[in-house]
Amino acid sequence: MNRRPFLKLVSALTIASALVASAASADTIRIGAVAPKTGPLAGGATVTQWPSIYLWVDQVNKAGGLTVDGEQMMIELIEYDDQTNPGETIKAVQRLATQDDAHFIIAPYGTGLNLAAAPLFDRYGYPQIAVSAITDQQADLSDKFPNMFFTLGTTTALAADVVKVLSDMRDAGQMGDKVAMVNVADAFGIELATAAKPLFEGAGFEIVYETSYPLGTQDLSPVIKGAAAAEPDAFVAWSYPPDTFGLTEQAMIENLDVKAFYTAVATPFPGYGARFGAAAEGVLGAGGVNPESPAFMEYAAAHEAVTGSKPDYWASATTYASLEILAQSIEAVGLDRADVTAHLKESTFETILGPISFDENNSNADFWTVGQWQGGVFKGVASRGRDGTVPVILKDGWE
Amino acid sequence: MSLTGTDIRNLFLAALALTICALLPLGDNGYWLGLGVTIAMFTALATSWALFSGPTHYISLATAAFFGVGTYVTGLGIDNLPFWSLVGLAGLIGAILAALVGLATLRLSGVYFVIFTLGLAELVRQVITWVQNNTGQKGLYVLTDLDEAGIYWWLLGLCAIVFLAGWLIGRSRLGFALRIIGDDETVAAHSGINTARAKVLLFMVPGAVAAMTGAILAPRYVYIEPSLAFAPILSFQVVIMALLGGASRLWGPLVGVIPFTFLLEAVSSNFPNQTTLVIGVAFLVIVYLLPGGFVGLLNKIMHRINTRERF
Repeated sequence: MNRRPFLKLVSALTIASALVASAASADTIRIGAVAPKTGPLAGGATVTQWPSIYLWVDQVNKAGGLTVDGEQMMIELIEYDDQTNPGETIKAVQRLATQDDAHFIIAPYGTGLNLAAAPLFDRYGYPQIAVSAITDQQADLSDKFPNMFFTLGTTTALAADVVKVLSDMRDAGQMGDKVAMVNVADAFGIELATAAKPLFEGAGFEIVYETSYPLGTQDLSPVIKGAAAAEPDAFVAWSYPPDTFGLTEQAMIENLDVKAFYTAVATPFPGYGARFGAAAEGVLGAGGVNPESPAFMEYAAAHEAVTGSKPDYWASATTYASLEILAQSIEAVGLDRADVTAHLKESTFETILGPISFDENNSNADFWTVGQWQGGVFKGVASRGRDGTVPVILKDGWE
Repeated sequence: MSLTGTDIRNLFLAALALTICALLPLGDNGYWLGLGVTIAMFTALATSWALFSGPTHYISLATAAFFGVGTYVTGLGIDNLPFWSLVGLAGLIGAILAALVGLATLRLSGVYFVIFTLGLAELVRQVITWVQNNTGQKGLYVLTDLDEAGIYWWLLGLCAIVFLAGWLIGRSRLGFALRIIGDDETVAAHSGINTARAKVLLFMVPGAVAAMTGAILAPRYVYIEPSLAFAPILSFQVVIMALLGGASRLWGPLVGVIPFTFLLEAVSSNFPNQTTLVIGVAFLVIVYLLPGGFVGLLNKIMHRINTRERF
């Protein structure tokens, strides 16, 4: 018997912990970032969150850095993978705040992970400009965590504007009032369906088919077949990324004959348009942007040039806008985090989405809610306070 | 039951160690306390896991199921009931659930039991999702004034209870019966031991402890959703930490949890783009180099020293 295996393990541990100490330089602004690179949310975060962060850091540093008290400071990005695990998010934020001495930390990805990190952002006084955290609890949360800001809208607004878009189509005589509504049986899908049902009924729609399916369901043909049998005028799915693709695929196979077809999360992903091509024409989805605006076109071009991938047509641009807001605040008041938070509450910021300001609940009141694939581009068709909405078109088959 | 001098000395040392651990939040209220919470959480989970799986050799992957149930107890009850009663309630529900599961499955052995416990987390998760879907319930927010230090003390208290329970079980007839079952279940049954009853009773301990751990940690996560509460990785982490330490002694899992937490911390801070890969390699290295855990290593060293002295 020998002791060498133990010694090997000990020396490996020692080397690993020696590497933990990171050099901190005085002339750079240390920006922390923690979001999934692995785990269930990695697919969304690597489309929406990480590329916009890399693009922003690249652009700021190529321009010579941010101007802080008359001095140019470069950005040093410190990034961690939270493995879509709230315990890891907490550890990473803790590490960024106390070991890496980050000046600012970019808000995590996803509602659950943002809220797990909120007590730490609050305790260390970091402003948290959350993007992919959609909730109706803004008032309670901003009361509890005064440093937390919301940019992407509320659950109820997302559902209400879908109802409004469909009501307008019906009132214009473009379709009848029969709706098939399905949802993925998971947190956000349940919330949206719960919010939408009374709104549909209140608007005089008849829900002719209603069902749900578990997260991760592979075979969605019973859902689409059931909906088709009820002969609805509109099909609405409060769906997540895998089933957004699966439902669309089945609708093509079954040739689901509806005037409006809506799937929720991931419909604005460039991968959706790429996969379904011409069949995506007329599909409605959650989110949207104004793709014709020069600011967005410039952003999308830079995004592809720097990161090699296209941004999505919703939260990507908002993520980038949240970083523009942070940069403008730092240039205005310096590196003091309390000053930056105060500045966030009282100022209006010029971003690629247009002007953004925060209300008494730290909430951005101007956001996109519904978009539609038109001519290979996902265009915003409904928003709260944003310019550039285009008229809705009817879904005309799957060819 | 009588206490020997060694027992009294051990109890005194354990109480002293606990007091020193309890002082951590006074020394550091940030990074190290955060790691302290992680260590306390996995100590409670891995030690209680080893109480059952150590003597019986039944590998249970049900930790995530009980943990998730505990977070939901706090999530659903925090607006109506005081926090301490929710922790107790979670323990009770965890124990009852473990008893039901135990009655149904502990007559299975080997790989069948492992697979059932792995599926249990998914089963409970789907049941909760089904209820939420049918009642149209919104996301659960746990907004409390409990801070990191408070959570740490709660977990530390739970660890103390686990160690005390483990020590008492080890001295009891139940503990003796389980060691016999672990060595040879047929012999145990022929000696008149009600093996099913003994196993079910002991399986309730990790069930209750994991549910209480979940209940205590729910305020730390703030937002409770099924995919985060029932993450299956937790079950595997607990098993690996307990095995790294060694499941045959009461203090075995503890000596696995502490180095493993630091290893995970070093990996996730140095390899942000390959965290999962490096952790996977670390698992393989541990299993390959330390098959008996630190306890097994220590036993071998002791054995070698003893052998040398004899010659």
